[in-house]
Amino acid sequence: MIVQAVTLNHRAAVKIPVNENNTIGMKENRNKYQTRRDFVRKAGKILIVAPVISLPVVLSKKVSASGNVWQIDPHKCTQCGQCKAKCVLTPSAVKAVHAYVMCGYCDLCGGYLRQGVKTISTAAEDQMCPTAAITRKFVEEPYFEYTINEDLCDGCGKCVKGCADFGNGSLYLQINQNLCVYCNECSIARNCPSDAVSRVSDRMQYLPKEKKAGE
Amino acid sequence: MLGWHAVMMAQDRFPRPEFESGYVYPEHQLPLQREPYWEYIDVALLIGTLSLASWLAIKKRSREGLVWLSVFSLAYFGFVREGCVCPVGSVQNVALSLFNSDYTIPITVLLFFIIPLVYALAFGRVFCAGVCPLGAIQELTGFRPVKLPKAVESVMITFPFLYLGLSVLSAATESQFLICRYDPFVGIFRLDAPYTMVIFGGLLLIAGIFINRPYCRYFCPYGVLLNIFSRFSSRHLTITPAECTNCRLCEDVCPYDAILPSDISAPSEEPQKERRRFIIYVILIPFFAAAGLLLFRNLSPLFTGLNSNVQLAREIRAEKEDGIPAISKAAVAFKEAGKTETELFDEEVKIHERFRKGSAWVGLFLGISFGLSLVSLSTRTRRTGYVPHKGKCYSCGRCFKYCPVHVNNNKIG
Repeated sequence: MIVQAVTLNHRAAVKIPVNENNTIGMKENRNKYQTRRDFVRKAGKILIVAPVISLPVVLSKKVSASGNVWQIDPHKCTQCGQCKAKCVLTPSAVKAVHAYVMCGYCDLCGGYLRQGVKTISTAAEDQMCPTAAITRKFVEEPYFEYTINEDLCDGCGKCVKGCADFGNGSLYLQINQNLCVYCNECSIARNCPSDAVSRVSDRMQYLPKEKKAGE
Repeated sequence: MLGWHAVMMAQDRFPRPEFESGYVYPEHQLPLQREPYWEYIDVALLIGTLSLASWLAIKKRSREGLVWLSVFSLAYFGFVREGCVCPVGSVQNVALSLFNSDYTIPITVLLFFIIPLVYALAFGRVFCAGVCPLGAIQELTGFRPVKLPKAVESVMITFPFLYLGLSVLSAATESQFLICRYDPFVGIFRLDAPYTMVIFGGLLLIAGIFINRPYCRYFCPYGVLLNIFSRFSSRHLTITPAECTNCRLCEDVCPYDAILPSDISAPSEEPQKERRRFIIYVILIPFFAAAGLLLFRNLSPLFTGLNSNVQLAREIRAEKEDGIPAISKAAVAFKEAGKTETELFDEEVKIHERFRKGSAWVGLFLGISFGLSLVSLSTRTRRTGYVPHKGKCYSCGRCFKYCPVHVNNNKIG
């Protein structure tokens, strides 16, 4: 491309002065570029084509087939509640997930029960989750298994905060990649005060908390 | 403060229980992965629809076909794929990947950026005619076209250049994606959006009933690129299928002011005078470029407000110096996170420097564009018939039916 452009310029340097001095002779002196207008057109075309054609070459090292997805780094997240409010989807594509290997299976669960409850029960007024998306199942004395119902979860992060403040931190927020619509700029990422939402590789779409409790 | 420490130290308070009842740990509760194959279907459909639009606009000359293609594009690229990926926004991804080392651009996004430009170079703005979902929704709702006064129109069409410059600047400095944030119709495609987006989109659609395609004409930053590329197109839609008879029937039908009248009857100026004006304007281009460069370089502190880190630094500084309490969520998180103020202010200085460089380039681009448009105003082409303005024409085909010339294979008379 560059070589071609140079030859064109060379021709222009030779040809245009001839035309300017000799306007009458222009008509006889027709060759490949019939008029200056045609020449400008061709040169302009090459000038604008070259950068676009060269884009894949310039970006060759920065192109990936898999692309990026948005994900929350659970270690940066402060459970501020923006995930619920700022997602373009209602309810948000952000959902709480549960790392069972980290869970202490507490009876007095900070993620399940509101602070300062008088009784430990499954009654709605005792539950931390505003949408009752967490259910608990008795395993054995004194342990309970907690499960999140994703259809009900709206990503408010109240349970995550409760679990992090009073428990093991086994609950955390992740963007559900099946629900996410992959906005070019994630609305949550723009509003996240702690920069916890960022682009991650398509190959590793979740950033799970893997640390095993008691190890 | 206490809360944050609790978060950092929280984990591992209680040991993992040793169950006696043979309890089996459930799978780590993670949602499903994304299937990426849709994007490849999108690229294939983009090429297909662009080819079809070119054929409909140039060979078949069918406005009806283009309308139906718009309906399809609106349904698929708009409502099914919910407006993403779109070439309009891909400008920012390209800018981000060009100026940042750690961002990789998905191949599909790069293709979405390049393919419509290649088609524009070959066949004009066929992308706008029947493929772009944003264009389609406006084309299909433009019922009562009204022409704006020429002066208003020519001022308004400079806005996309500014918008393109600012959004590229904003993306290249990792600040924000302006085009996506202020996309008016994506909320309609998703049937779900912040109310500001819905109001903006709704207002544009209502205005679009009379002032057709307001977003395309006065905002679309990708339209600027298509406009430039289309001016050099090898083949382009024509108003008449054969020879223009200068009947002037098509003169007022284009809602986009994209029909250039024939100038056989226009009085010709002295060639000497015309040439002198042309040369003056060409000489003026570097001056416009320099003026734009200086102006935007000096305006750069204004643009740095686009960056959230700069906003945060300003807020923190206001608290420190003027005692205005910093209460935004970002400021609260900053105070908890333990990053020092010096780090933040150093970062702010670096971002300022990037913006200064970037703004200078934007100013240069705008200055050159302004100079070139003056030059193109001063040059006079000899048109013997009515032709579409290759840059402005959306190849929508509204003018076809007004041309009385028909090519008939069974010769008449």
